[in-house]
Amino acid sequence: MKKDIREIVKKRILVLDGAMGTMIQRHKLEEEDFRKGWFENHTHPLKGNNDLLSLTRPDIIKEIHRAYFEAGADIAETNTFSGTTIAQADYALEHAVYDINYHSAKIAKEVADEFTAKEPNKPRYVAGSIGPTNRTASISPDVNDPGFRAITFDELVEAYSHQVKALIDGGVDLLLVETVFDTLNAKAALFAIDQVQEELGTDLPIMVSGTITDASGRTLTGQTTEAFLISVSHMPLFSVGLNCALGASALRPYLQILNSKAPFNVSAHPNAGLPNEFGEYDETPEMMGQQIEEFLQEGLVNVIGGCCGTTPEHIKVIADLAKKYEVRKYSE
Amino acid sequence: MRSRMKNDYAPLKLSGLEPLIVTPESNFVNVGERTNVTGSAKFLRLIKEDNYEEALSVALEQVQGGAQIIDVNMDEGMIDGKEAMVKFLNLIASEPEISRVPVMIDSSKWEIIEAGLKCIQGKGVVNSISLKEGEAQFIEYAKKIKRYGAAVIVMAFDEDGQADNYERRIEICKRSYDILVNVVKFPPQDIIFDPNIFPVATGMEEHRNNAVDFFRATKWIRENLPGAHVSGGVSNVSFSFRGNNPVREAMHSAFLYHAIKNGMDMGIVNPSMLEVYDDIDKELLEYVEDVLLNRRDDATERLLEYAESFKGEGKKKEVDLKWRELPVNERLAHALVKGIVEFIDEDTEACRQQFERPIEVIEGPLMDGMNIVGDLFGSGKMFLPQVVKSARVMKKAVAYLLPYIEADKRPPSPKGGVKPAQYWATANAYNYQLLKEYAKEMRHQPTKAEALMWEELRNKKLDGYKFRRQHIIGNYIADFICLRENTIIEIDGLIHQHPDNKASDEERTKWLNEQGYQVIRFTNEEVVNNIEEVKRKILKRLRIPPLGENGNGKVLMATVKGDVHDIGKNIVGVVLGCNNYDVIDMGVMVPAEKIIAKAIEENVDVIGLSGLITPSLDEMVNMAKEMQRANLKIPLLIGGATTSRVHTAVKIEQHYQNNQTVHVLDASRSVTVVESLLGQKRDEFVKNIKSDYEKLREHHAKNRASKSYLSLAEARKNKLKIDFKQEDIVTPTFLGKKEFINYDLAELVEYIDWTPFFQTWELAGRFPNILTDEVVGEAATKLFEDAKKMLQKIIAEKWLEARAVIGLFPANSINDDDIEIYTDESRTEVLSVQHAMRQQLKKSAKADNIALSDFIAPKESGIKDYIGGFVVTTGLGIDEHVKRFEADHDDYNSIMLKALADRLAEAFAERMHERVRKEFWGYASDERLENEDLIKEQYRGIRPAPGYPACPDHTEKPDLFRILNATEITGVSLTESMAMTPTAAVSGWYFAHPEAKYFGVGKIAKDQVESLAERKGMRFEEMEKWLGPNLGY
Repeated sequence: MKKDIREIVKKRILVLDGAMGTMIQRHKLEEEDFRKGWFENHTHPLKGNNDLLSLTRPDIIKEIHRAYFEAGADIAETNTFSGTTIAQADYALEHAVYDINYHSAKIAKEVADEFTAKEPNKPRYVAGSIGPTNRTASISPDVNDPGFRAITFDELVEAYSHQVKALIDGGVDLLLVETVFDTLNAKAALFAIDQVQEELGTDLPIMVSGTITDASGRTLTGQTTEAFLISVSHMPLFSVGLNCALGASALRPYLQILNSKAPFNVSAHPNAGLPNEFGEYDETPEMMGQQIEEFLQEGLVNVIGGCCGTTPEHIKVIADLAKKYEVRKYSE
Repeated sequence: MRSRMKNDYAPLKLSGLEPLIVTPESNFVNVGERTNVTGSAKFLRLIKEDNYEEALSVALEQVQGGAQIIDVNMDEGMIDGKEAMVKFLNLIASEPEISRVPVMIDSSKWEIIEAGLKCIQGKGVVNSISLKEGEAQFIEYAKKIKRYGAAVIVMAFDEDGQADNYERRIEICKRSYDILVNVVKFPPQDIIFDPNIFPVATGMEEHRNNAVDFFRATKWIRENLPGAHVSGGVSNVSFSFRGNNPVREAMHSAFLYHAIKNGMDMGIVNPSMLEVYDDIDKELLEYVEDVLLNRRDDATERLLEYAESFKGEGKKKEVDLKWRELPVNERLAHALVKGIVEFIDEDTEACRQQFERPIEVIEGPLMDGMNIVGDLFGSGKMFLPQVVKSARVMKKAVAYLLPYIEADKRPPSPKGGVKPAQYWATANAYNYQLLKEYAKEMRHQPTKAEALMWEELRNKKLDGYKFRRQHIIGNYIADFICLRENTIIEIDGLIHQHPDNKASDEERTKWLNEQGYQVIRFTNEEVVNNIEEVKRKILKRLRIPPLGENGNGKVLMATVKGDVHDIGKNIVGVVLGCNNYDVIDMGVMVPAEKIIAKAIEENVDVIGLSGLITPSLDEMVNMAKEMQRANLKIPLLIGGATTSRVHTAVKIEQHYQNNQTVHVLDASRSVTVVESLLGQKRDEFVKNIKSDYEKLREHHAKNRASKSYLSLAEARKNKLKIDFKQEDIVTPTFLGKKEFINYDLAELVEYIDWTPFFQTWELAGRFPNILTDEVVGEAATKLFEDAKKMLQKIIAEKWLEARAVIGLFPANSINDDDIEIYTDESRTEVLSVQHAMRQQLKKSAKADNIALSDFIAPKESGIKDYIGGFVVTTGLGIDEHVKRFEADHDDYNSIMLKALADRLAEAFAERMHERVRKEFWGYASDERLENEDLIKEQYRGIRPAPGYPACPDHTEKPDLFRILNATEITGVSLTESMAMTPTAAVSGWYFAHPEAKYFGVGKIAKDQVESLAERKGMRFEEMEKWLGPNLGY
């Protein structure tokens, strides 16, 4: 039985993996890769629906997990960012949601177990990635009708419950509600997690990670970092943090807020800078590492990793830095 | 001040877009309470009217006013609370200025609370849950609230009822706390107890300890239930002192002082009903605290007795006498603030003798007094009825002074000289010849500056003011003078005066001022370098209104052509007058050209238009175009019941480019708007209005584009299909007309719906609760007393005559939308065809597209159906009395009379409808309803009025009047815009079918307008003009 991550995090800074999409892009996959064995006759084009690869090309996904663990990651995220009925509705694949989550969890778990077996003093964990969906519960998509909502809280709870149950069945160690741009969506995810865990009698650690969308320091739906923190603090979280949208140095002021206010572990997985005009992230591992080292020096975080544009090379640099610094101390 | 609580628990943290953290060190957290339909009549009305835009502004005002949390409550029988809660919270989410604070979801219904919790991204507060329905239910709710991520208010309430003593309070709170913390694992800091604030000094023995028990329970909770907070609604405590605000205010602050000391840290407090603790009269404080703390057996009696001196008749005389001993300035101020006219002539005269010039009485003490009134009104400490009374005092004082002012204003006569026969003969007769020569010479040798100035002034070029140059006054020669305005312009830099009269400029100015001239001086440089600025300065001085240099500006007001309603406009006039604006009121039915001519003649600063009926909207558009054509350059204000921001933005503003058009919601806003338009911050204000209106226009355009309409044919297919049966239809007891002359007014009194009466006076709240309302209760009670007194006089002295005509006719609907009305039961001769308008907006599957004709059996059914019509008035004879009041400068009573006449007319319509139901048509002869139910219209049948939502077409009115011979019988006639005059009149149709109900036609499509025009034989453009507000294209 491997050690509880809640114990390990008290001793050292944990490293989360990097981007999944960036790594998948390297493989130059075609439509047939997304269908293989599972969706051969599906009516909708499926290329770009990366979550499916856990089913159709598990070899590639496992290889990516492996690369990140090799680079020094403690936690791998499942390939399930879009694994809700809401997000999969675009591909008419609502029915595949259980399989996507279950199998994504399962293969990540297999790779994690491989590494834990090899290095028992550095056990590896799997966090079930729960994305924001492509709808917002707090904002109307119709500027002329601000009272309208394209998705309701209840619909989100239903979709998230489905995903969470499959992830837990597949064996994840943690649940990660990430890239929160609308706190109401996140609250629905937390609501679903609480309900499902009660049903299943599990007590998996929950991570929440918000997204600051611009320099004003607010989420897409207008909350300040502290308001966001307060709004998700009703759950006993394993960690709260920030990811995506900004590069590491731009994230720093908001991490400082979390550091001073959060009664939980603090996580960060920034992008490799901002995308250039081609939509590519071009911060090198060294450039990113320099900025992250500042967080570590300041003692801002307990969990550190990478989001869009980061690669195993980035994670290697980050993991090496993480070893050098003390873990953030906080009072619960 | 606060004793430190013995707990180190985490603070209560809440959030909207921004955090709100309540620590033991935090100041008391103030919860905004105006977005609560049970507490605010205004908010309720807005929600009922689906006016969420305004409802949002209520929320915004709260937040801007300092509310740290806003309480939202939609518990009202007449609205779908769940839907309203969701809609309002969703809209709030789009308003960052509002949603920055946390929301308190307030409902007694769990389903509404839960629906609300699903809408807020921040961490809010649930208000409230309790053990009332037992432990299981309590646990279930608490668990869900925790899962949704909110804090919770827990009432001290259990299966046995509400806790009303110390022991029960702590017992229930302890039990609730233990369940929450131990069973539900609710974070203790997220629990807020409301241990029930109950009234004290009620005279009941068991209430003596109400406040003490609350304090003790609060202290106990904060000491024994770690982390938990305490909240409550403070105003309850002083319930026994309704109507005595000084005592209530003192009691609130004393209560709060002790409650906070004992650990209460959140609550609903009306800041305007709070005295500063240290400022409370020491004796009063002692008595109040004796009661609150139950310190003496006779505490209640002592306070009640002492409280009398703050309101009762007993000591009133003494108070009266006291203020009569004040210096005269203060007496005037007191009379203005309290609205006392009795002594005003006497005091004004006394004051006049103290000043050199009568105008100074106005500019000094009277204006000072009115400024106090204005400030109190602006800060919500005085209400409209009181302000109107103040205005009456002011007007009386001014009226008293006017003859003196006129006398004083007359051009001065030369000292010791001949009395001038004509006003321009101002010269000193002895020196006249000499001066005349010199003046002539000067006119031929103007300096460069003088020549320039003259170019601008000659031939009335400066806005029509006639100037003369080198004019002789006494021993002096003025450079330029406007004799009509007693204004002299002097350009310095050269020696002007005759060498023999080398008085300094200063002496000269002094002398001229003494003679009643104002002197404006410019240097040569100013004139040469900046003539525009010089002109602007001159104009500014010339335009000073009669009240003198303190005057804020001239406002011209009128009810537009075709409309006769003027209560609102009169109120605006009074309020502006109180704020030192010179108001010229042109009355009602004023055509555009007259308004414009007057505006030019009086050189006004603002024009305000008013109107109540929908055709007036069109007239306002016309007025805007005419103002543009006449090239006026002053702001235009739009007000009145049917006007709106949207209409102003979409239909009016663009036609008048020379200055800004602004919609003014009510009288209390008028001052701010005019002030902004004429003041320093004008540019910013106009910029905001412009961008607001631009947004409204965009929104409107998109909204309109997004609404979809059925074709008229489709709408007719989806009509309300009533299964008509002959047995459902009662044959009226008579057919034809019945007239009522000199109807007994006394019979109508009990049918009066008072709530709108208070709305007229801008007092928000439902009758009768409004009389005891926290904020406006006192003003409302006083107003109601005055109203009842006048009502008695109206009846006893027969000020008004009530007349009515009703008609009941055979009728059938034809071609879906028309109603054929027959002369008699043979149904062969058509008396009139009424054209109904049909809803055309595309609706959800189940809803029908209704027209009034749907309530009448179709001709082809062979069923004999009927319709009724009526015109009632209680306005005959009103003019004489209104004139009487106006002659006495008594706006208060003139507005009062009009408002009462309107109420009586509505009451008459209600009474007549009742008699029609029970006697004349007789389809509800066994109906038994209280007035309250009548007001809520809980009876069978409807009486829709042409021009109102169910039949918005005003042009159907003449035919109604024709078939009833209404004008001849009742004396009510129609203006060109179809307004009824006298205004205290109601007309409409009677529909009797059990399924008949009120509805709004809403917007319609072009095909229906075409159809109506064709059916009615009107030109399409004409039809469009009348239906302007209903056009959905």
